[in-house]
Amino acid sequence: MNDKESVLIKKIKDTFGDDVIDTTVFRGEVTHLVKISSLTSILNFVKTDPSVRMNCLVDVVGVDYMGEAKRFEVVYHLYSIQKKHRLRIKVRVGEGETVPSVAYIWAGADWPEREIFDMYGIVFDGHPNLKRIYMAEDWEGHPLRKDYPLRGFKDQLNPFGVDKETE
Amino acid sequence: MSERDEIISSNVVTMHMGPQHPSTHGVLHLVLDLDGEKIVRAVPDIGYLHRGTEKIAENLLYHQFVPYTDRLDYMAAMSNNLAYVQAVEKLMDMEIPERAKYIRVISAELSRIAAHLLAVGAWALDLGAMSILLYAMREREIILDIFEMLCGSRMTLSYLRVGGARYDFTPQCKDATLKFLDILPDRLEEYETILTGNRVWIKRNKGVGVISADDAIALGLTGPALRASGVRWDIRKDEPYLVYDRFEFDVPTGANGDCFDRYAVRMEDIRQSARIIRQAVNELPDGPFAVDDPHVVPPPKPDVYKNMESLVHHFKYVSHGFKVPKGEVYSSIESPKGELGVYIVSDGGERPYRLKIRAPSFMNLQTINHLATGRYLSDVIAIISSLDPVFGECDK
Repeated sequence: MNDKESVLIKKIKDTFGDDVIDTTVFRGEVTHLVKISSLTSILNFVKTDPSVRMNCLVDVVGVDYMGEAKRFEVVYHLYSIQKKHRLRIKVRVGEGETVPSVAYIWAGADWPEREIFDMYGIVFDGHPNLKRIYMAEDWEGHPLRKDYPLRGFKDQLNPFGVDKETE
Repeated sequence: MSERDEIISSNVVTMHMGPQHPSTHGVLHLVLDLDGEKIVRAVPDIGYLHRGTEKIAENLLYHQFVPYTDRLDYMAAMSNNLAYVQAVEKLMDMEIPERAKYIRVISAELSRIAAHLLAVGAWALDLGAMSILLYAMREREIILDIFEMLCGSRMTLSYLRVGGARYDFTPQCKDATLKFLDILPDRLEEYETILTGNRVWIKRNKGVGVISADDAIALGLTGPALRASGVRWDIRKDEPYLVYDRFEFDVPTGANGDCFDRYAVRMEDIRQSARIIRQAVNELPDGPFAVDDPHVVPPPKPDVYKNMESLVHHFKYVSHGFKVPKGEVYSSIESPKGELGVYIVSDGGERPYRLKIRAPSFMNLQTINHLATGRYLSDVIAIISSLDPVFGECDK
């Protein structure tokens, strides 16, 4: 375990203990799966702690693991411009659960969170302007969900879509 | 209050700019709240070019997705190819041959020059200096010719593939590249003569769209736009991928974080790219240009027509693809617009379970409200151009 990993793994695990459910290192990338209840305190910590200093929120990503107990995953990619290291923090989200918005920690989280809301229907609590970003405002369904067909649903404008009844 | 009274009682007028507007660089729709000619609020409305690339990716084999990446940032297709194949290779823990790494550096930097030339050209056109666009197009044409020589295509290249490149970097390409590098400095000089000291250009760019380093980082700004605010962060330097650590180049930064600095950083970026290309071309090692792994690399096309084994190989490659280990990776490169990252979740199959593209144009565009508020309507044109958004990438 080198310096970088000891900061990114040990420090966060020591500080938050049981709130970190799982930690993996794959291809040199450190990933923490954390509890939703402690998400904002962990993100606040990694942003402000002088040895971690994740000042840059690179991206927020949604993933749909359909069929698993907690269906969705929200992934935060972080980078530190000073320390030049990367970290990934994940939370599992069940259908109907909400995730606290981090737009007040990094203003740049605004659009990625809207994108996740648009594509997966995950609601971010406390988001300043949570509405669809890519799809039309009256669009039905969330296209990146695994149970949304690739060709979309059949309607007047989409004759090649899948029938809603037979899905 | 009736709607009519409300309109009369308020000084703020809402104006829609785009999506069909020549200086919104594609299909940007800006909703501008104006007080006279001053911007009170600028709200970008995107998604007019949304094609569901990520959904499509989940239904394609890994190698089939390369042509889709060309259509993200279509001004710099090589960078997109590179970002994607590099993520797949990271997932597969694959080491590509030295020659392939050099070829990738050369092609990515060439496409950076092409992208920046067009960015500056279109920007100047929007602000009324049409000749720059024509000049920039002239130089960009030479790069497109090199690409055509390299892979037969000019814009949608699909040149970089998982495991290396599709074709070799031939001596003819080398000559053409060196020839281009010889004429480039003079041409850049020409642009600078027209723009850098130009009173109109300075008036319309200096002090316009200022963003501080802290605000820029918080809003997720990356690339030349962030460096113009004085943050020396270039992924090529800070987390060197390929063989960038072997080349000498500087990372230009600005001081004021205004439109003019973003222009200056881009011009210097072109010079530094040319420096990298010259070193890479001169040091280009011999050897294979793709890994020796028949699962990942298809046979050379002429063989497919003549040789039974190659035909079978080709068929297997095209119809089955290759399996990628289970796991998740994020890999990013410094694209002309900023940090272009690809996040892949693999379930161990031939198709990505989830593929997310971290598009720099998307994140950069978030800053528009911050940049434009308090400025005049005409400044919005300069601000959009200085961010250089490309909607193929922003809307995915």
